[in-house]
Amino acid sequence: MSEPIIQIQNLVKEYGQTRAVDQLDLEIKKGEIFGLLGPNGAGKTTIILTLIGLTEPTAGSVSVKGFNATTEPLKVKRVTGYLPDEVGFSGNRTGFESLIYTARLNSITKEKAAESAHKLLKKVGLEDAIHNKTKTYSKGMIQRLGLADVLIKEPEIMVLDEPTIGIDPKGINEFLEMIRNLSKEKGITVLLCSHLLHQVQKICDRVGILVDGQIRALGNIDELADDLFGDRDTTITAEVSPIPDSLVYNLKKVKQIREVQTNGNTITIKTNGTKEAAPLISQRIVQSGGQLYRLSYKEYGLDEIYQHYFEGGTIDV
Amino acid sequence: MKYINTILKEVPLMSDTPVQPFWIMVRKEISDHVRSWRFLILVALILLTTTGSIYTVLSVIRENPAELSANTTFLYLKLFTESTNNLPPFITLIGFLGPLVGIALGFDAVNSERDKGTLSRIISQPIPRDYFINSKFVGAMVVIFALIFALGFLTLGLGIIFIGLPPALSEVLRIFAFLVFTCIYIAFWLNLGITFSILFRQSSTSALSVLAIWLFFTVFYSMLVRFVANAFFYNQAAVQNLSIMLSRISPSFLFNELTTILLTPSIRSLGALSFEQVSGAIPSTLPLGQSMLLVWPDITALVAATLICFGVSYVLFMRQEVRA
Repeated sequence: MSEPIIQIQNLVKEYGQTRAVDQLDLEIKKGEIFGLLGPNGAGKTTIILTLIGLTEPTAGSVSVKGFNATTEPLKVKRVTGYLPDEVGFSGNRTGFESLIYTARLNSITKEKAAESAHKLLKKVGLEDAIHNKTKTYSKGMIQRLGLADVLIKEPEIMVLDEPTIGIDPKGINEFLEMIRNLSKEKGITVLLCSHLLHQVQKICDRVGILVDGQIRALGNIDELADDLFGDRDTTITAEVSPIPDSLVYNLKKVKQIREVQTNGNTITIKTNGTKEAAPLISQRIVQSGGQLYRLSYKEYGLDEIYQHYFEGGTIDV
Repeated sequence: MKYINTILKEVPLMSDTPVQPFWIMVRKEISDHVRSWRFLILVALILLTTTGSIYTVLSVIRENPAELSANTTFLYLKLFTESTNNLPPFITLIGFLGPLVGIALGFDAVNSERDKGTLSRIISQPIPRDYFINSKFVGAMVVIFALIFALGFLTLGLGIIFIGLPPALSEVLRIFAFLVFTCIYIAFWLNLGITFSILFRQSSTSALSVLAIWLFFTVFYSMLVRFVANAFFYNQAAVQNLSIMLSRISPSFLFNELTTILLTPSIRSLGALSFEQVSGAIPSTLPLGQSMLLVWPDITALVAATLICFGVSYVLFMRQEVRA
């Protein structure tokens, strides 16, 4: 793709003794949807706040579209729309009025603001609630109004902090789909922060996994999984009754099998990860006269990626 | 016609150029305040008490002016300072309720926006960060000025209708000065409220803390001062001197002293005068300039306190992390 629109170089942010962001380097390309994923307290919000110039970094620099976020925050904020986590609106204003207010702060004229507010509210599916006070809105509606609020300044970059929190599962998919469509339609670069890997990975072109202020992995989800689990053992569990004596011996002879354990009627077999192991195992079991009731293959997916990085745990195989 | 059009274009409000974002924010603050129940209730309270007070004074002036204290010059000033029928005078009522208005407009200025999640949304717009705190201050000040001046001029107008005499220029000037200093005094409490709204994340905590300070200065501080002064001195004059000095730390004392002297031209000194000083003096009233000179230290102190409070809140806000 084209030039990086966001460049973070050697970013460090310290709060007292704790280091929230630790020498972070990151580039986000124009037009892509980048997911910054990490557990709570990993430094996601800190990175965002530095990005739009609301916090000064301890060291390092952030540039957005060529502007330094620390010294030229106004120019950065002009092209960047930020949807904070737990976004809110003055309850006594209508959704329409709230959008107009934001537009006017961006020096958009009243007429133009009204026109695009109507358009955007329709786009995010709030046309029925356009003139209702925002205190009557549900959490999902507030998030959608927040999205419209980000879009009314016609940003080139959208920064969304935990955008799916508090929305129901169906709403989440709609909301994320909306973000994806808008991004692709208008070529808006999206930086999306979340600790909900499952939800967010669906729409991200690339993700970065952030733990303790450092990027631990970068790429799309498939690449990450390959990196992690490519040469690892996989585990196959078989339920056989009865277990013939020769079976364990026979299984151990198979080249791909590393370890065999029996426990009652269950046999746990560790293989070196190649997929041919499963048919070979079933073959051996039948040959040795055992009855095969169940054969399960444990694959590594999002849960394991999540656990591996976010919880800092190792994968028990 | 063409000429008129070009002139109109020069006037900021008439031209098509978008209004500065700062004034849009101020406008929103004003409309938020004016629509809020808390403000309406306070205005109703002030209106009720002050009309009561002024009405009784006016009826006394009309029917039985002999009941008024000593001389009947500066009748219009008496509207603000005189009390009858156990209703406190206008000046006391404003000194008491004014701070409440300031506190009510300020105590949740920042923390409620933070709670609602509007703070980070607003300051991520392309505006300098201090627009936020400045618009809070300016918006509330506009409301306070409008309220106080409306109240003062209404009283004046009511007086003209009832008394039938036009007020003298010096009276109008004194009343004008009184209204300006009332606004500054209220601004002090407003700024204190804003400061606490930055310090405390919970608006109830900040409200209670400001109210505690207000209560301390309006009710308990004078008792404390008397107690301390009596503990140090036996000599009555010395006690008096010390307690006045100590009292002047309190903004509410400053305000009372300042406004009383501004609206009572016959007061010639702040403290007690010795016999030598009084002997030969003609008991006359002071011109406005001299009255102002008398309370100039009070004015300086009050303005300084207000500015310090604003400065503190400004620095606190600019340094505070945005995240909730």
